[in-house]
Amino acid sequence: MTALAPLPDETFAGRVKWTLHDYRTIVGQEFTHLWRQPVNFLWQLGFPIVMVLLFVYVFGSAMDVTGQGAGVDYVAYAMPGLFAMTMAFGFMNTAWAVAEAKEKGFVDRVRSMPMASSAVVVGRNIADTLHAAIDLLVLFLIALAIGWRSEGTFWETLGAFVLLLWLRFALIWVGVWIGLLVKNVEQAGSLFALAFPFGMVSSVFTPPELMPGWLGAIAAWNPVSATATAIRELFGNPVAAGNSWPEQHALMAALIWPVVITAIFLPLAVRRFRNLGR
Amino acid sequence: MTTTTVEAVNLGKRFKDTAALDGFDLSARSGTVLGLLGPNGAGKTTTVRILTTLLRFDTGSATVAGFDVARDARQVRRRIGLTGQQTAVDEVLTARQNLVLFGRLFRLTKARARERADRLLDQFGLQDAADRQAKGFSGGMKRRLDLAASMILAPQVLFLDEPTTGLDPAGRREVWDAVSGLAADGTTVVLTTHYLDEADRLCDRIAVIDHGRNLVDDTPSGLKRRMGADRLEIVAADPADLPALHAIVAAVADGETVTDEAASSVSAPVKESVAALTAAATSVRDQDLTVADIGLRRPTLDEAFLELIGTDTKEERR
Repeated sequence: MTALAPLPDETFAGRVKWTLHDYRTIVGQEFTHLWRQPVNFLWQLGFPIVMVLLFVYVFGSAMDVTGQGAGVDYVAYAMPGLFAMTMAFGFMNTAWAVAEAKEKGFVDRVRSMPMASSAVVVGRNIADTLHAAIDLLVLFLIALAIGWRSEGTFWETLGAFVLLLWLRFALIWVGVWIGLLVKNVEQAGSLFALAFPFGMVSSVFTPPELMPGWLGAIAAWNPVSATATAIRELFGNPVAAGNSWPEQHALMAALIWPVVITAIFLPLAVRRFRNLGR
Repeated sequence: MTTTTVEAVNLGKRFKDTAALDGFDLSARSGTVLGLLGPNGAGKTTTVRILTTLLRFDTGSATVAGFDVARDARQVRRRIGLTGQQTAVDEVLTARQNLVLFGRLFRLTKARARERADRLLDQFGLQDAADRQAKGFSGGMKRRLDLAASMILAPQVLFLDEPTTGLDPAGRREVWDAVSGLAADGTTVVLTTHYLDEADRLCDRIAVIDHGRNLVDDTPSGLKRRMGADRLEIVAADPADLPALHAIVAAVADGETVTDEAASSVSAPVKESVAALTAAATSVRDQDLTVADIGLRRPTLDEAFLELIGTDTKEERR
């Protein structure tokens, strides 16, 4: 009566095949969620949308980022910042989802099964990146609706899109690490207090040049700023870059920062996952 | 068939400066239900986590379904099912989607996973709710779905960590019936609980654990027998009758007769319990006394348990 699970193949190719199969199953699960809970998806987009409205319509008229007068070109400056910020805050969703899977025993169940246990984490990562791509498309449409335009070529625009996902992808490891680190979902939620300055002390809504010197330096070196500045260049939007290295070489910085983040947080997340068995 | 399916010898596990397990032994024969009974923090969950390959241990050895837990974790995982303390089902998905999902993760083909989901929905009485989101399920239904998910491959050994904690009486009964059914079909079940009635009702053997060590390993009736004889108890309608009742009970007692003024009752251990009860009842009638209650009290597992754990450690734990 006992139907054993197919042997975890000892050949490398077999293991890769099954591991990919497991990843696909988990990604499929995430998309069933999306499909069944479209409201949740909209809630997650609620925050960036509120920020758009706040900054563009409430504060925007007082912002003089281009030196041509308050409010001039602010939509063009702020929208790329907002895209970058949405990617930056996305890791909170990852952290929350991982913490929930752990708290609810889903991680334990999967680890006690003859499957690739990394699927919980990697599957999550793939699903989150795809999810972020959908987020971005929706935000692009909203941005277009309120008058933002990409002046770049098709390839430059696509490049900016990829750079944004590149940042999100790197930050997923931070989210996984945090999600495994915290005790429960409430703790994961309260980390927003830390994430908020990380997103805001950057060139997302204001050029670092306009901040006090020390804060401006932090903002200029913030990975979120690098991506924001780089995509402004690609979109042909106002850049308002200062003289610091990452602002002068934004494209390079936007490529390198995610590599650095992944190099630090991927091993941390993997170690944390392994330590669940300690 | 009396092979041993789960065997742990001298398990030791430390978390920082506390010893969660301190030389714990455990063994369950094929097709039986073994209960791990103990207060919170006794080491029950740690034991289950070790045996299900979730947690490494420091000393000792453990085999499950013939494979070494530490060395052959993957082989063990193919032969076990785990239902943890939380219901690890995806509440956004329907019951059927959950079972298909886990079937796929157990690497069944799509068709096989669907077929298996259908069988399990039948077996666990979830067919009517099959296409509803698990979110709206009662506690008992969620648990049954959780059990079904851990039964996808019809595992040789099923581990249940506090399967009925937080359920209402109806939900507990549902889960009990499901577990009994699985055991009857030949699945070896290891469950942890701190409910004695649950252990009494489900288990073939009970291992009592405290401070990470074995206290007793016995059958439920054996455990109760350790508590000694039945007690005859008479509750007086009028406290003035207590001395007379004391004399009646003492006449049939097989041990010390105790008068409890506060409860206005008299009780004593008795050997031939039915004869003693009849004799005492006759005396009560002959002397024209009125009593509020007269009867035999069997020692409950609760008493056996408290006796074993000791009242001091109970207080220590609040």
